[in-house]
Amino acid sequence: MVRFQNVGMRYGLGSEVLRDVNFELRPGSFHFLSGASGAGKSSLLKLIYLAHRPSRGLVTLFDTDVTTASRNELAMIRRRIGVVFQEFRLLNHLSVIENVSLPLKVSGQDWEENREHAVELLNWVGLEDCIDSSPQVLSGGQKQRVAIARAVISRPELLLADEPTGNVDDVIALRLLYLFEELNRLGTTVIIATHSEALMERFAHPRLHLSEGALLGPLTGPPPSPGFGS
Amino acid sequence: MNWRQRDLALSNDPTQRFLPWMLAMIVYLAGLSLAGMMSLSSAMDRWDTGLKGTVTVQVPAAKSQAADGAVGKLVGILRRTKGVIAARPLDNRDTANLLRPWIGGDTLVADLPLPRLIDVRVETDPGPDLGKLRKALDAAVPGTVLDDHKKALDHLVSFARSVELVGVLVLLLVALAGIATVIFITRTGLAIHHEGIEILHLMGALDSYVAGQFQGQALELGLKGGAIGLAFTAATVGMLSHFSGAVGSDLLPKVELGPLQWLALAAVPIGVTAIAMVTARITVIRTLQRLP
Repeated sequence: MVRFQNVGMRYGLGSEVLRDVNFELRPGSFHFLSGASGAGKSSLLKLIYLAHRPSRGLVTLFDTDVTTASRNELAMIRRRIGVVFQEFRLLNHLSVIENVSLPLKVSGQDWEENREHAVELLNWVGLEDCIDSSPQVLSGGQKQRVAIARAVISRPELLLADEPTGNVDDVIALRLLYLFEELNRLGTTVIIATHSEALMERFAHPRLHLSEGALLGPLTGPPPSPGFGS
Repeated sequence: MNWRQRDLALSNDPTQRFLPWMLAMIVYLAGLSLAGMMSLSSAMDRWDTGLKGTVTVQVPAAKSQAADGAVGKLVGILRRTKGVIAARPLDNRDTANLLRPWIGGDTLVADLPLPRLIDVRVETDPGPDLGKLRKALDAAVPGTVLDDHKKALDHLVSFARSVELVGVLVLLLVALAGIATVIFITRTGLAIHHEGIEILHLMGALDSYVAGQFQGQALELGLKGGAIGLAFTAATVGMLSHFSGAVGSDLLPKVELGPLQWLALAAVPIGVTAIAMVTARITVIRTLQRLP
């Protein structure tokens, strides 16, 4: 489903923020992406959700080499990926339900057929009272849940979440993780970038650990400490 | 949810509020240029039709005063010439009437040595051999001039064509100004909404989907601005038509538009809107090509 071979990435003419990244994720897998702040977690996710191109190496998504795919092919791949952005990235002039339904509209699906599904999803993330509200009046946690609902509404084959529990309390965080697990059970491949050790310990999924742009893993437990093996 | 609602809040942009007025001005200027060109074209047709099939014979002033019989002699030659339908000598009063717009009242005209004129109607296809006729008239009364108006008409038509060319240039410049305005406003919109555009792009929106948002906005604003511009154009053309009719001069082209010409004028805002839509689409798609 996702394969990186000797991938490197840099912003402009700066130094590489990712170096020689190699990994492969099977369909239906669930991984945490861990690493200290600045280790390259968001950059790696950007490469997977096609917001950035690798500076070198080969990225293959859904058996398609993204460097040779046409613009339309890339758009079709993006429709198979749901993304929860760290900074939510909601459109403030649209209501909550309009934001959540946007991926369906973009892919040309019928609104009437999907409205019930959108409402159900908003109920599930505890936002049933905010359906017609503007995102501007929501708290950080509520915005986070809208962003999650928007990422999963089109039942993506691959779900990427960048610190999805960073702005919510523990109860909501657990609830969201259960939602991700439920989606994973239904066949969605999940990658969650987080630095919450507690969360990773509670949900026993393999980790991809980034350290200064280099990838360790997949690991089944916490990454070795900096002094480990020296 | 209104599924047709635009995903980008383009209508909130200050530049978008300014666009209908810019387009209204463009439609107004383009409409006036077009109306001017169409009026001039109609006037040229009228001049051509009015002078086609007519020639004027002019007997020099000295001869005409000396011998009224000379005019009769010339009329006789004309009437016998094949291809001449009618020849009507103008008396001094008719000639004075022709000159009155330029040199004023009867007293002054009466003192002038006026040439005698013969108004001649000829067949057009085939017409008389004017070269031969010219020689015959000159032989009968030396100094007689036969004027087929071609020279005057050619000068007039050449001047009118130059004015028309200026009109076409104005139309082109106005169209270019419109395109430049739409490009500038679309680019500003792209910069203001780059965040929303990136979200749509990452959700899998095709470039044409994003371009459709700007195109729809251009359609709406183009029609709004076009309607305003057309209303002002119609009012101005109506006013000019009224005043040019009141002048009552055959020399000045009348600003008169027929139903088809009004239809052409009504097509200006549609054309401007179409140009705005295509420009917005191309600008957006070119800019989106830079996204990964």
